[in-house]
Formats: sequence, C-alpha cells, structure tokens
Amino acid sequence: MLINILKAFLVGGGICLIGQVIINLTHITNGKILVIFLIAGAILEGFGLYDPLVKFSGAGASVPISGFGYALVKGTVKAIEEKGIIGALTGGLEATALGISTAIVFGYLVALIFKPHTKKN
Amino acid sequence: MKPKTEFKEITIENYKEYVFEKSPQSAHWKNMFWAFLVGGLICAFGQLLIELFLIWGVESELAPSLASATLVALAAIFTGIGIYDKLGRFAGAGSTVPITGFSNAMVAPALEFRSEGLIYGLGAKMFLIAGPVVVNGVLVSVVVALIRSLFLGVG
Amino acid sequence: MQFYDKKQTIKFKNVNFATGFTLAGPKEKQGKLGSSFDLTLEDDKFGEKTFEKAERKMFEFAASGVIAKANMLPREIDTIIGGDLLNQIVSVSFAAKKFKSSFLGLYNACGTYVESLIVGSFLTEFFGKNVLCLSGSHFSTAERQYRYPLELGVLRSPVSQWTATGVGASILKPNNDGCPKIVAATLGRVTDFGILDVNNMGAAMAPAAKDTFTQYFTDTGKKPSDFDLIATGDLGKLGKEILIDLMEREGYDFNNNYIDCGAELYYESQKTYMGGSGAACSALVANGWLYNSLKKGNIKNLLLVGTGALMSPTTSFQGESIPAIAHLVEIEMPSKEKQC
Repeated sequence: MLINILKAFLVGGGICLIGQVIINLTHITNGKILVIFLIAGAILEGFGLYDPLVKFSGAGASVPISGFGYALVKGTVKAIEEKGIIGALTGGLEATALGISTAIVFGYLVALIFKPHTKKN
Repeated sequence: MKPKTEFKEITIENYKEYVFEKSPQSAHWKNMFWAFLVGGLICAFGQLLIELFLIWGVESELAPSLASATLVALAAIFTGIGIYDKLGRFAGAGSTVPITGFSNAMVAPALEFRSEGLIYGLGAKMFLIAGPVVVNGVLVSVVVALIRSLFLGVG
Repeated sequence: MQFYDKKQTIKFKNVNFATGFTLAGPKEKQGKLGSSFDLTLEDDKFGEKTFEKAERKMFEFAASGVIAKANMLPREIDTIIGGDLLNQIVSVSFAAKKFKSSFLGLYNACGTYVESLIVGSFLTEFFGKNVLCLSGSHFSTAERQYRYPLELGVLRSPVSQWTATGVGASILKPNNDGCPKIVAATLGRVTDFGILDVNNMGAAMAPAAKDTFTQYFTDTGKKPSDFDLIATGDLGKLGKEILIDLMEREGYDFNNNYIDCGAELYYESQKTYMGGSGAACSALVANGWLYNSLKKGNIKNLLLVGTGALMSPTTSFQGESIPAIAHLVEIEMPSKEKQC
C-alpha cells in the first residue's frame, strides 16, 4: 500500500511540475492550464498511452485533470464498443458523471452556506 | 532590475522587450518545488483513499472515481472555508492541476456571484472558469474516440 | 512621440483645495500611511452584506466626511464629481443619490481622481462653484470584476499590484485663500505601447505618464527640480523605475524628488508585490499625507499625476493591448498669511 502511495506522489507531483513549468514559461491562466492538461490526457489515451500510467501510479495519474480527459476518452471508447456510434456522444459524460455531479452538488451547497472571504494578501 | 540589453531608444516597437527585461521574474525553482510537493501530496492522498475504499469492499473499477469525487467534495468545502486560495498562493499548478483545482474553479465563482441570485448568480457563474473543461472535454473525447474506433476498428 | 503642438496645460488662479478626507480599508490602515487616514475600517465589508454595498457606503461616508471636515453643509456643495472602478461607476453614482448637489460621473480607471480634480477646477475657476471631488476603489469588488473570484487558488504574478481599498474626497472652493491651490493642470492623451499583460499595468501606464509630464514641462518651461515633490498615482515599483528611465532619456531627472502613491501605501511584508493600484491610490495619498504636508508647509509645491489603464476584461480576452492615460495637476501652497 505504501509503495502505491509513493508512486502516486511521484507521478502526480511530476504532472503538476510539468504544469508549473508551462505556467512559468507562458504565464497562461488557470482555466487554460486545466484545458491543456485535459486535452493532453484525452489525446494520450486516444493512443492508449495513458492507461499504463494509471495502472502504474493509480491516483498519481487519475487525480490530475489529465486523468479526467483519460476517463472521458476511456468511457467514450467503451460506449462505442457497446452501443455503436451513438456511444461517442454518451460515453464520456456517463463515465465522468460521478465527478461532475459531485462538483455541482457540493459546489451548490458550499455556495449556499459560505461567503467569500476578504483576501489578506 | 537593470535591463540586460542596452536600449538606445524606447519605441512602441521595442517597449514590450524592454519591460520584459526590467520585470522581476517569478521564483521559478520555488514555484516548481511547491507545485511538485503539493500536487504529489494531493495525489498521494487520493491513492490512500483508493486503498481505503478497496479495503472497505468498493469495486476496483469504481474506487478511483470515488476517490476523485471525494477529493472534489473536500476541495469544495475547503474553498468555502477560505483555505484553498491560500494553498494556490504558493502551490500554483500543484493546486490547479489536480481535480481539486477543477472543483475550486467551480466553487469559487459560485460563492462569489451568489449575491446575484441563485439562478443567474450562483447557477450561471459556476461554470465561469471550469466550463471550458467540460466543453472541451466532451468535444475532444468524442473526436478522439471516433478516430480511435475508426482506425482500430470497433470491438 | 511627437508633442501635440497645442499647449495642453491650463493655468488656474482661483481654485483652492480647501479640504481633503480619506477613508481606508484594513490593509491600508496597516500600511505605511496608516496614520494619515481620517477614517479606517476594521472590516472591509463595512458591516454590509456584499463588498459592493460596502464600497457604496464608503463613498457616502467619505463625501459626508469631507463636507463635515470643511465645516460646510451639504447644500453648499454645488457639484459632486467622481468615479470608481466598477461597471457603470455605480459606487459613486449611488452615493451621490444621497446628496442634492448635481453630479458628474467620470471614468479614467486609476486616473479618475486627478481627472475629477481637473474637471472640478474648471467649475471652480470659471464658474465659482464649490465642488466635491471623489474617487475610490475596493479590492474585493475590483478583483472579481477584472480578475478572479476571491476564493480561486491563483499564483500572483510578481509584477502584479494590489487594488487599494479606500475613498479620497476633496473640496475645491473659490475665494478661499490660505489653502493649497491648484494652479495648473495638463490634460493627458491616450497612449498605447502594446503591453498585453493585465498584471503589468504599471508598465502599460508609464509611457502615458511620461507623455503628460513632458507635455507639462514643455508647456511651462519648468523642470523637475523646481518642485518639492512629484507624485504619480499607481505606477507601482516597476512602473516607477520605468518612468524614471523614460524621463531621463528625455533629459529630465526624476531621481531625487519623485514618489509613486501606490508604491508608498504598503510595507514589503504585506505582500503587495509592486504596490497599490486602483482609483483609491492617488485619492488616499493626495488627500491624506500630501494634503497635510502642504498645509504644514513641509511641501510648498507638488506635481500630482493620476495614471489610468483603460482596458476592460473584454478587450483583454479579445487580445487587445492596454491603452493608458495620465493627467497632471500642479498644486502650490501659498505663503501663510491666512488660515485655510
């Protein structure tokens, strides 16, 4: 178990490090970095390259936003296999429904309960 | 903050270059260190969750998604409490790139714009920053999966 | 850049800067000039539900405060002139609702305060009006409108500035000898040197400040050393350095008596990187520290330049560069025969 956690730490940290290097070089915004990593994960999985990374490091590859792209593509491919071409449109959101719904529900609840805080610095 | 090149004359054409040379640069090594550390820790925690879920009998297919969803929920709560932005202050990509960054990007504007009402404020602005992720995600996954299926054949 | 061959500097004889009043937020109170503010807030929500409501309340208090400090009644003010950073300048407009005086709303981003002094000076000089000039900003409202929601985890760029929270109010009166006088103003023009980075507004605005300063010095034949102090609104530390360099290349020495209001507001430990920015900057410093120094006689004359970055979030998203403007006022303290 500890080895898995260590692998997750190293790979996850590494992916974030790559992200930070990109931010340092290009000064792009939060939103764009999220999209770039998402697309990278999706395209890598398109070539079947992301799955081995997930098998090796577990959360280290599934927790970064590239893992979200990976999950979308994996779900879409599976849906095409099972349902034919219509699966292209259903598979992605189906596979990631848990994450998106959690974000919406918890986001809504949190926004109802809390208020934005003054920034000190 | 002395410019490295000698600028004989400052014109509109060379002003951007002049400013770039005079501007202090971000502390690259420090940023990279914290991004690696914080990002790694968040992922490590995610792995811990996966291990725990597996021990508690969750299906091995479901455990990673459940762990990510748990991180999303936790990030939402920390954003509400007001801690997550403090993390982002020094961790940079270490707080943005994990799925927790996506959650923070959804909750922060929802929180902020709630004063404009539940429908047009909270509801509409929730996807202000994270919207592109969902839109591009679906788009790219459709295209990639179609291409892959075309080339590799279905099944 | 070619100078506009018409003079842009206007001289005034009868514009008296009768009173200045400042209301500042908690972070400004903890800053270098904390003790110079008339009223400071412990809580930047000012007891209101939203930051926007707080900003409006700050404007109302500042306007009432300056009138009270001047021992005047609200009905003695002919016109309120002012602006803020929010869309449709709602903070100052809603605050002006509370007064029966006429109202002229302005927007020149962070250069709004000096712009209001200039427009006010026209009314005072040529029509004998008592004018209340008002300008301010609030960190939390500006951040959400121009940049990011407060709770979003972002790395701050090292060239970024901190929008100051506060409101500065001034009363301009004719026939009030003994007070600091606005003796000249130079109207600025829009310059754009191609800066795209909205985090680096100081760099975007420095060329505009240089343009206005050189216009003034050319129009009047004066030089930097003629003044006890030269101040810009919110170029920040980087913008200040750039301006000193730009002015040096024009043959003007800004190394000895030049400060930037934004760079003076905060301590290093407050992590504001390049310093303060916002429509509040020049207003807070001018109506507090600078006004007090003039009245005490520590400074006898002063050039104050308000600088503004004229972009919007839309233009930035659409890839446009940041145009900027700078307006100048020259303020003099006459010899002390009468009391202000």
